[in-house]
Order: sequence, then structure tokens, then C-alpha cells
Amino acid sequence: MSVTPDLDARFRAAALAEGIVDVRYDVIDTPIGDLLVAQTEGGLCRIAFRPEGQDESLARAFGVRVLRAPLDDVRRELDEYFEGKRTAFDLPIDLRVAPFHEQVLHELATVPYGRTETYGGLARRVGRPRAARAIGTVMHSNPIPIVLPCHRIIGANGSLTGYGGGLHVKRHLLELEGALLPGSA
Amino acid sequence: MMEVVTTRIPPFERFYLLHRDEVLGYLRRLLGQRAEDAWQETFLRALRAYPRLAHGRHLRAWVFTIATNVAMDELRRKHGETVLHDENGAGPATELERDAFRELEHLTGDLPPTERAAVVLRYGYDLPYAEIGAALGSSEDAARAAASSGVRRLRRTLERYP
Repeated sequence: MSVTPDLDARFRAAALAEGIVDVRYDVIDTPIGDLLVAQTEGGLCRIAFRPEGQDESLARAFGVRVLRAPLDDVRRELDEYFEGKRTAFDLPIDLRVAPFHEQVLHELATVPYGRTETYGGLARRVGRPRAARAIGTVMHSNPIPIVLPCHRIIGANGSLTGYGGGLHVKRHLLELEGALLPGSA
Repeated sequence: MMEVVTTRIPPFERFYLLHRDEVLGYLRRLLGQRAEDAWQETFLRALRAYPRLAHGRHLRAWVFTIATNVAMDELRRKHGETVLHDENGAGPATELERDAFRELEHLTGDLPPTERAAVVLRYGYDLPYAEIGAALGSSEDAARAAASSGVRRLRRTLERYP
């Protein structure tokens, strides 16, 4: 006896309408592969390059009532971004990180589309000029990559250094934004 | 051999995917065409209560208990409707039956879900054991065993608290 897609969708909609879901997530297909996106009542809270097992992490961070459900606004804005039609995101964000991380990620959000900044440059912006390494740590644990554009942060010598989704993804995003010529770096 | 016990509460989505089909099958057998509303109500109740779970053990039994309760509510509603529409039924006797029926549901509240369902379906709804077995996903013999085990357990409880 299998639950039909219609019955399944009705249950998910009823659960969301009643407001008894801690965090909802969806997996969306993009030019850089499947992305898991998650949202609380407060806003977008997670984008992950590897969807498998993320539900456990979401449960620990936001509560055990984790439910998969369409996130149409997030999907639309990401689709537009990957088509080159969107240069900034309008999605509300639910950021639950330590104060230093929050400060750095807020500053990161001001690095514009199509531009890059260095780890040291971002460190100076938050008033911690010697904390380039700590900035690297914050970028590495960024819970909402792409929307919080850690791909725009590169090494002082212009090298891409690292990226949670892999360097080829970082290169893809920077090329998409016109910050990097195809085939360079 | 050491028993490995997972006590962590899984994300609701995993719990839901694991049990949604078998719970629907169970409710179909109990309620027929009315199973879908009861199925949704079962998982909404589970979702509401989910953050209050102390551990992740026995989740299957837990959701079947909820499903059984929802089905009992639904059957009670239908039973009530049937009584109201029974033109030949003598008033007082019918009332007496309904009281006895409620008493049975109340008394069986602490039984394990399978025994509870078997006792209520047998003595409350007068279902034959073959049908109860089908409803519970087991055999006629297993249903008879569950009902008699439930009755023995009730008897012990009643002897302890006269």
C-alpha cells in the first residue's frame, strides 16, 4: 500500500499550514549539481552542495521536525541567478552562528556580484586585519553559500584557494558573474 | 551478544518515509475508504508530539498506537452515527451498549497497541478474528492470541485495582 503523491502533498501542506515544522527543505537541480536548500519560519537557513545526510544536521541545528517541501521562492531566485538574470537575492535569511561569524558573513554579503575580495581584505573590513585565517574558517563553515557569496573571496595572489562545493564550482560561479575569464586562474 | 539500540530521534522526514505506507495499509484495513483522512491525522498528531519524544526507540509501535487511536475515534464516530440511524434500536439498550463500548475503550487504553486493537475490534466491533488478523497485518490465530493476551492483561490490572 503506497501513499499517493497527492495524499503525500496534502499531508505536507497541512503540516506547513499548521506551523508545526521546524525546518523544511528541498533539493533543487542546478548547473552545478543538486543543491539542498532549507528554510525555517525565519528565512533561508542552509544551502548544501551534498544533500545526503543533511537532514540530520538540520535536525540538530533547527529541531527534529524536518520535512521536505517545495521551496518555490528559493528555487526561482537560484534559477534566475544561474541564468545570469539575478545579481542579488531578496530571500530573508535565518543565520544562527557565533557572533564573529555573523559579523563576517554580514560583511561578506556586501561584496557585490561580479567582484572579488581577498581573505585579508575581508579581515580588514571587519576590523580584524590579522585574522585572514579566521576568515577562511568562517568561509569554510558558511551555512548559506552562493546567497552569502563566499565564492567571491580569493587568495591575495589571485588563486581561488578552496571552496566547499569544490574549486570547479567556485570557478563556475565567478565565471558566471564575469569576475573571472573562462579558463583563467 | 550486545544489542545495538539507536536512541537518537531521527529527522521527522525519515520517520515519515519509513512508516507512511504501512500505516496507510493498516488504516485501510481498519477503515476502508475513510482511511486517508485518518492517515493524515495520524501523521499530524505524530508531528505535533515529535519534539516531546524522549528517545527514538519503538517509533513504529508509537505511530501504530497513534493510528489505532485515530481509527478508534473514527470508528466511534461511525458507531455513534449508526446507532442514531438505527430505527429499530430500543433506546435504553442502545445507550447501554454505547456506554459499555466507551468503557471498553477506556479500559484498554494502557494495552500494547496490537492487543488493544484486537480486544476493541473483537469485543467492541464484533469483528471475526480473520478480519482482525487482516486489519493487524497478521493471521487469524495471531489476532486471537493478541485478544486473549489483552484480556488476560486487563483481568490482571482489574484484580490489582478492584
